[in-house]
Amino acid sequence: MNKYIRWIKLGLFVLCLVPVAGLAWLYYNTTHGLEPDLGANPLEYLTHGTGTWTINFIMLTLCITPARKLLGMPWLIQMRKMLGLFAFFYGCLHFTCWLWFDKQFIWSDMGADILKRKFVTAGMVALALMLPLALTSTTWAIRKMGGKRWQALHRLIYVTGIAAVIHYIWLVKADLKAPLQYAAIVAVLLGYRVFEWARKRSAASANRPAPQAG
Amino acid sequence: MLIRKTADIPASEVTPKHWYVNRRKFIAGASALGAAALVSGYDLMSEPEHAFGGTAIPGIQKSNLSTTEKETPYKDVTTYNNYYEFGTDKSEPAEQAKNFRTRPWTVTIDGLVAKPKTLDIDAIMKLAAPEERIYRHRCVEGWSIVVPWIGFSLSTLLKQVEPLGKAKYVKFTTLGDGKQMPGLRPGILDWPYREGLRLDEAMQRLTMITFGLYGELLPNQNGAQLRLTVPWKYGFKSGKSIVKITFTDKQPDTAWNTAAPNEYGFYSNVNPNVDHPRWSQGTERRLGEFSKRKTLMFNGYDEVASLYSGMDLKRNF
Ligand code: HEM
Repeated sequence: MNKYIRWIKLGLFVLCLVPVAGLAWLYYNTTHGLEPDLGANPLEYLTHGTGTWTINFIMLTLCITPARKLLGMPWLIQMRKMLGLFAFFYGCLHFTCWLWFDKQFIWSDMGADILKRKFVTAGMVALALMLPLALTSTTWAIRKMGGKRWQALHRLIYVTGIAAVIHYIWLVKADLKAPLQYAAIVAVLLGYRVFEWARKRSAASANRPAPQAG
Repeated sequence: MLIRKTADIPASEVTPKHWYVNRRKFIAGASALGAAALVSGYDLMSEPEHAFGGTAIPGIQKSNLSTTEKETPYKDVTTYNNYYEFGTDKSEPAEQAKNFRTRPWTVTIDGLVAKPKTLDIDAIMKLAAPEERIYRHRCVEGWSIVVPWIGFSLSTLLKQVEPLGKAKYVKFTTLGDGKQMPGLRPGILDWPYREGLRLDEAMQRLTMITFGLYGELLPNQNGAQLRLTVPWKYGFKSGKSIVKITFTDKQPDTAWNTAAPNEYGFYSNVNPNVDHPRWSQGTERRLGEFSKRKTLMFNGYDEVASLYSGMDLKRNF
């Protein structure tokens, strides 16, 4: 397996770029009178497109651990970092869409929005929590921090996932179908972790030697 | 910077041309569409068919109530709009309303009136000369368009039934046909979609009963056969596919007000000073423009201000 890892990584990297390349292509079409294009409201399309792919990549990142155990494919773990970094990358694009198209780089408006609009607050929480994860994504950081502490920090991805779902629920007008689908995914993935954790705990306490009568 | 591609086409030229242009592009774009849907994360708009709408309306008169602002291209008006009966994505109505049957179409007008009536669409269209009124249209979501609607003042229609003195409000009930409308899922809105106006708002000359746009009968996705156009209120007040108009003495319940009373008031006048709880109403994006514009009080239709003199519009939002 290991000799293919580099190629799998390269393939995945290219695949992860497809959504942004697609948006760029539609943007090009929009400005050149070609079809298909970004539609009647191109700026909204870009905001929604990048937002959708941010949450998609968060979900994919969260899937890796259960997938590698359930499918018996341990090498999948080597893809997690890339998926997580792409989640952050799309999150930054999405944030830039908001900053540029919605707030037009007016910083005072931006601050007011973050405080006043609940869905923006939730989005900011989701994105901000990804920053330390992105910064400590290197092997060097893992070594420096120690596996346990690194892992504890990186559990923040769950908070990001939950905050992202809340962000989505709060921004839709009436149709909760799409955000609830993501909520269900997060619930299943989080449920799996809790289940695993409880199983390990009870296994551990069963293996502990019984206290000696004194 | 985004540069919109669609050149301004005069209304007169639009009708025949966009038919075959759309079809041709549809074939060319069909394979690309699949790929794009894949990468964009959700469905792309499909090209609309104009099997039912699209018939030119003869004898249209110009109106001095029209704005001189640049009209939003036909394609944008007909492929980007909210019509939840045909899906909650703005590209869905154009696709899902394709086969919606809009003939025969009748409207029942009843309630506190001397002469309740059921009128056929053809009879309604003959009540007055069709007028083209180019109005600004501001959606509660923060985007706006400029549309050449065809119709006439709603008051012309309402006078047919001789409203009684007790009548204070007008309720509009729209079609809720689950067989034809795939969007009629529970848990979104209470169907059928209902809207309402105060009687004086309904009789205001700007309020239109509308059966066309861009010189032709309404495309299905824009509310065929008959819709309301109330240009100083958020778009959702202008109900589509109206089948019943009822005069009442009590404020009627409306679909959005029932769904979220703290977000969508009965009046829902365009008002830059009253934010939606979740987003600002101070600015809007005119489709086709990069920078946002300031939203105007009553969407710029100041003549309606007298309807609300003495009212606290922050409370009666
Ligand atoms: C990890 C972080 C985030 C995720 C996963 C995320 C995800 C999403 C999703 C899925 C949508 C809806 C797309 C659709 O309707 O098709 C969306 C919309 C949006 N997001 Fe985010 N988002 C994040 C962070 C942010 C941040 C930080 C901001 C701004 C500060 C923001 C602003 C918006 C805006 C303005 C919309 C459009 C709302 C509308 O159209 O009404 N998001 N986001």
